[in-house]
Amino acid sequence: MAHEEHADIPNRIRAKEVFHPGTLIAAIIVAVLAAMMLHGLVRNKNFQWHIVWLYLRDVKVIQGIGYTLLLTALAMILGTILALIMAIMRTASNPVLRGVSWAYIFVFRGIPVYTQLIFWGLVAVLYPVIGIGIPFGPQFVDFDTSKLIGAFAAAVIGLGLNEGAYLAEIIRSGLESVDGGQGEAAKALGMKPSLIMRRITIPQAMRVIIPPLGNETIGMLKTTSLVLAVPFTLDLQFATNAIANRIYAPIPLLIVAAFWYLVMTSVLMVGQHYLERYYGRGFTNSGSKRSKRQAAVNAAGTTTIDPALEVEQ
Amino acid sequence: MSTTASTTTGTLRPPLGSPMVQITGLHKEFGSLHILKGIDLTVSTGEVCVLLGPSGSGKSTLLRCVNQLETFQAGEIRVGGERVGFAEHPLPDGRLARLTEKQIAAQRARVGMVFQRFNLFPHMTALQNVMEAPIHVGKVPTAQARARATELLERVGMADRATHYPSELSGGQQQRVAIARAMAMDPELMLFDEPTSALDPELVGEVLNVIKDLARSGMTMLVVTHELGFAREVADQVVFMADGVVVEAGAPAQVIDHPSSPRLADFLNSVL
Ligand SMILES: Nc1ncnc2c1ncn2[C@@H]1O[C@H](COP(=O)(O)OP(=O)(O)O)[C@@H](O)[C@H]1O
Ligand SMILES: [Mg+2]
Repeated sequence: MAHEEHADIPNRIRAKEVFHPGTLIAAIIVAVLAAMMLHGLVRNKNFQWHIVWLYLRDVKVIQGIGYTLLLTALAMILGTILALIMAIMRTASNPVLRGVSWAYIFVFRGIPVYTQLIFWGLVAVLYPVIGIGIPFGPQFVDFDTSKLIGAFAAAVIGLGLNEGAYLAEIIRSGLESVDGGQGEAAKALGMKPSLIMRRITIPQAMRVIIPPLGNETIGMLKTTSLVLAVPFTLDLQFATNAIANRIYAPIPLLIVAAFWYLVMTSVLMVGQHYLERYYGRGFTNSGSKRSKRQAAVNAAGTTTIDPALEVEQ
Repeated sequence: MSTTASTTTGTLRPPLGSPMVQITGLHKEFGSLHILKGIDLTVSTGEVCVLLGPSGSGKSTLLRCVNQLETFQAGEIRVGGERVGFAEHPLPDGRLARLTEKQIAAQRARVGMVFQRFNLFPHMTALQNVMEAPIHVGKVPTAQARARATELLERVGMADRATHYPSELSGGQQQRVAIARAMAMDPELMLFDEPTSALDPELVGEVLNVIKDLARSGMTMLVVTHELGFAREVADQVVFMADGVVVEAGAPAQVIDHPSSPRLADFLNSVL
């Protein structure tokens, strides 16, 4: 932990650092290579930067961004809910619950997303009518599948089911990372299992779950570019591709897509950072918050002994 | 359980001297391991009972059975006269109906427990730790829970650290918050499982003082500890366990200073 203000120590050492010529040379080489790449990017006429600039703000492109974000959000919400259920079922004592959870993860993790998306696009062909009733018994309500599950819904279901299988393992390991003594202490206070899960276990598991969940969200944002398999045609990838085919300019529109995907992932990464900080509260072994609080305690001068000495690492 | 801290105090409690904990013929097995082999133990209301015994003798297991963190295979436990874990009367076919999770939770809420490793909730401040159960189990309004929690933290000398997270507290401080947390549900019985064993020696005293203070206030307590000085000072009854049975029980002066069994004499020598 760095101290901001320095104590007044006499004869403080003024060190001359060791010179590393290798590092300097490597830095120069890397800088030159980077400059060359940038030059090639900007000066190459084939990139057609004026088209890039024109279509960056195209209505179809902006709408594509909206759909991509919406698909990402809905698929992650569906995936997280499914994963939480599967993770809890996985630890259940009932073999039926455990078996179903295992089978779900096995199937949806083992088949490529692209294949699954095609399947969800065709589900109306497979099951023209969906009904609610008793298996092998009477049906109570019937729905026309193609009306119930449109392309957008098929895309969300396909992405969400696939994501749920990955998140289930992440959430399970997160729940398992919480010390067993936590649940016992909560039980001893008279808390019921559902309350313990909600108030004690999940908030602590989040600290472990959030980093991979963030990575999965960023992954999902990029995976939405596969929804043409359904086919769903309004996302960013499809929108830019459609424009490219119309005006015979594939490369500038690839750049438009790449630019916007980068912007979106950057925003998500910032959000992930703040979530990690929130769920990391109370676990401040590193990070500035704790040192600030400690500094405040010291500065207040209300404690006779240095509290830092009391803090267990 | 909608009873709150202040309403139960002194009103629902059995009178002093009537049994708070009655354990009869308790057997506990872990798979094929027979850990508790017929324990009989009575703790009267307002009494402090200290459990002594070598490591592995089943002291923690006994405490955990009382609070239903473990199930048991034979015998009966009563807390405040109420049978723990099972319905009062057997079914016509002779079987005993287990209580539901909800009923068990309600029974647990009346018993406070303090663990060797504190087990504070790391994502909550000291104050939030103490307020958690009254708000979410006791359904006490937040403002009232906060006032009561502040009062309890004051009592264990931790009021000035109310907004600190457990990771910012020493072991002794964490254990004092844990005691306040257990007290927040206004239990009629407190269980302590080696509350000072995980502490650096210089921090033991501050925690023992808090427990002594509780004992003097008339709280019924079942305490597992190796602190003989503490046992001498506050215990009404000292119980020595070994290999899953109660070997000796009685007043501290008798059990600690005049052990009648060689097992106990050996144990006391090793602890001192
Ligand atoms: N969950 C468990 N599964 C199997 N054996 C256990 C379990 N918990 C405790 N034991 C065993 O029960 C015995 C008594 O343990 P414990 O009650 O913790 O003793 P003490 O608290 O007196 O040291 C020990 O031999 C221990 O290994
Ligand atoms: Mg023990």
